[in-house]
Amino acid sequence: MHEFLAALSEQSFLRTALAAGLLASIGCGIVGSFVVVKQIGYLAGGIAHSVLGGMGAAHYFGFPPLAGALIAAVISALLIGLIRLHWKAAEDTLIGALWAIGMAIGIMFIAKTPGYSTDLMSYLFGNILLVPPRDLWIMAALDVLLIGAVGLFYRQFLAVAFDEEFADLRGVPVPVFYLVLLCLVAVTVVLLIQVVGLILVIALLTLPAAIAGHYVQSLNMMMIGATVLGGVFTAGGLAISYAPDLPPGPTMILLAGGAYIASAIFSRILATRRARPR
Amino acid sequence: MTSRANAVIELEDVSFSYTGIAVVDRVDLVVERGEFLGIVGPNAGGKSTLLKLILGLLKPHRGRIRVLGREPTQAQRAIGYVPQHPSFSRDFPITVEQAVLLGRLGTGRLLGGFRRADRIAVQRALADVEGENLSRRPIRTLSGGQLQRVLLARALVSDPEILILDEPTANIDQRLEYDIFDKLRELQAHKTILVVSHDIGFISSYVNRVACINRTLVCHRTDAIDGRVIREMYGDHVRMVAHRH
Repeated sequence: MHEFLAALSEQSFLRTALAAGLLASIGCGIVGSFVVVKQIGYLAGGIAHSVLGGMGAAHYFGFPPLAGALIAAVISALLIGLIRLHWKAAEDTLIGALWAIGMAIGIMFIAKTPGYSTDLMSYLFGNILLVPPRDLWIMAALDVLLIGAVGLFYRQFLAVAFDEEFADLRGVPVPVFYLVLLCLVAVTVVLLIQVVGLILVIALLTLPAAIAGHYVQSLNMMMIGATVLGGVFTAGGLAISYAPDLPPGPTMILLAGGAYIASAIFSRILATRRARPR
Repeated sequence: MTSRANAVIELEDVSFSYTGIAVVDRVDLVVERGEFLGIVGPNAGGKSTLLKLILGLLKPHRGRIRVLGREPTQAQRAIGYVPQHPSFSRDFPITVEQAVLLGRLGTGRLLGGFRRADRIAVQRALADVEGENLSRRPIRTLSGGQLQRVLLARALVSDPEILILDEPTANIDQRLEYDIFDKLRELQAHKTILVVSHDIGFISSYVNRVACINRTLVCHRTDAIDGRVIREMYGDHVRMVAHRH
């Protein structure tokens, strides 16, 4: 740990990595809470994986991969949302298909891109140590977008997350807010891909919020708790991985996963204790 | 359009089916302002479907529905609705106050959070159902009866002109059932109320009129309900049980 702190003051790429992790945890706290309470982890997984199609295409045509990822994520969020709204019977299969097709397209483009292709691994597993400093600004802008959207329409998002039928009866345009919510998931996925890559995104999207959910009684407290925990896991994973030269993304995920399992057991014991008559 | 002056809800020749077999068949019904209407009928007889048509959650395949002289989807915000089964997860991290606050959506402004006036309305609605002390409780800790009262408060909090309740007392004990219906009778002075129940004997002592639906609909004044009417609805092997102990 001491070694990490010393390196942090010397190495600017470590400071950039730490900042990227903290910026990503804002998205993972706000949007991850919706993913957990609305139980759309599978949808989020579909969005995350099909993003490879956009990143591959961007790679092939020479655009910045972040832009490709963002466009692909939003398209796939809208597709998945429309499937859910209009074709519910086949939802599971269709999301699975989109998930795989997106990845296949991505791998196709990457294979056909001339030159040596090392990027595939960093798309799949991310590399927080390679985040360019200018990407921090994009990440910050995406965070502002998320905070702004959820802040302005908190009541409507809460209503749609909690009880769609009732929200509809109160005049909330449920399909619109549902699609916007999935677009926010898409934006968050892109934020997190920078940090842990698209395969591990789903863990950072759900675990911090799920842990917070063990202890809080409101959605906004869940968002705050999940943001703090997301920061602890990304910063902690980065610090732990530094000295033994472990890959930082998987270290963060193992930290978050371990904390989640411990918290699930602890909160269960707590609940049984409370239920016991005194 | 020929709306009657006092009609709040009008159904004209309304039919609906989920799979080609009519669940609601050529139903005519007019509910007048200030009426307390009970809707009874056997399971799968179309009770909940009828309510969903009036709420605009389903569209009729034939016929015409008007609520407050408008299309049902245009009148939704003037209705307070208590569903038979809550359509939310009991594990959702939300307090009673927040859940009831969501009933205030559609009143006030579009952006931002809830305001003081909303919170005051929530306290009043919770007091109406004797649930003041529940406001800070997470919904996952509520008993069935407490949850039912919270759902009623959520329906009341927007001060709707019409209240629609689908089996509001199905999961609760009888004392609370009386309390809730006494409360509804009190509210009836200002509101039009539709309540679905499987318990015709119980509700007939509260409502003005009973609509019996078993695909088709027949209305009875409550003073005219006897064993014959009930046998027509449910078939022969029915006994009446007096509920006032």
